[in-house]
Amino acid sequence: MIDLGPHAVFIIWAYIGVAAAVVGLIVWTVVSGWRVEGRIAELEAQGVRRRAEKAS
Amino acid sequence: MTVDLAPKPNWFARIANPSQFLGWTRPLLWPLTILTAIAFAVGLYFAFLDSPPDYQMGDTVRIMYIHVPNAWLSQFVYGVMAVSALGSLIWRHPMADVSMKAAAPLGAVFTALALFTGSLWGRPTWGTFWEWDGRMTSTLVLFLIYLGLIALWRAFEDQLRAGRVVAVFTLIGAINIPIVKFSVDWWQTLHQPSSVITPDGPHMPGSILTPLLVMMAAFTLLFATLQLKAMHTEIRRRRLATLERQRAAMAEGAK
Repeated sequence: MIDLGPHAVFIIWAYIGVAAAVVGLIVWTVVSGWRVEGRIAELEAQGVRRRAEKAS
Repeated sequence: MTVDLAPKPNWFARIANPSQFLGWTRPLLWPLTILTAIAFAVGLYFAFLDSPPDYQMGDTVRIMYIHVPNAWLSQFVYGVMAVSALGSLIWRHPMADVSMKAAAPLGAVFTALALFTGSLWGRPTWGTFWEWDGRMTSTLVLFLIYLGLIALWRAFEDQLRAGRVVAVFTLIGAINIPIVKFSVDWWQTLHQPSSVITPDGPHMPGSILTPLLVMMAAFTLLFATLQLKAMHTEIRRRRLATLERQRAAMAEGAK
């Protein structure tokens, strides 16, 4: 383990906090993408199409 | 023989048209993700293993490698939103709306992290977690502005109208950015003035400047990646809204 001196607790918590928030942000971004794609696929499976695509 | 009469899309259409934008930016996502991961690996290696403790504040200098990048992003992301707001108001650029909306939660998180790491750095170096000094107070205001803009997006059912209103408020809120930037020169209370970009060069040795610059690059790449992905999701969410309306219309027609 690296010796971080007398204030190690502040350094470690700063990095843990940032890591948690960044991971949270990545997960949230990816999951909201999946949710939207899932719902679109669901509606398209029900035969809902945009007007412009009806002709095709 | 078929003749292709469709006009070749110009660069503006390539940015402005949602489907075209999706088409040419999708292949960028994975390379950006990998680049971000590499930058973080290199940055963290420098931050912990290949940089010395500061001669005055010892190892707490390592908090700087995450504090400064988040503080930089808190302002940079607002800059992206302000430019998008102009694009939205002047050119009615559809991707500008999408970019504004995608950036707001990202900016809010980076600003919260700047405040969080700042207070954890402040306690051992200044002896306090918080002080109502110019830089800290204006950054807190910036955080509240982000929250306000997110709330404003959610207050409107019609996202086109929301875009117009949010763009105006984003530009009003931009007044706070120079205040954050110059607060350290105007009110010399606790927070130190800028020490990377100064008229006579960076005020720190290369061994400490290198991890800082790599970490700033890593966080900026992280923002670019998340922004692009969030914009894709927002484009698809608008398409989903169209489909939902279509379904409602079909249900109406079937009666």
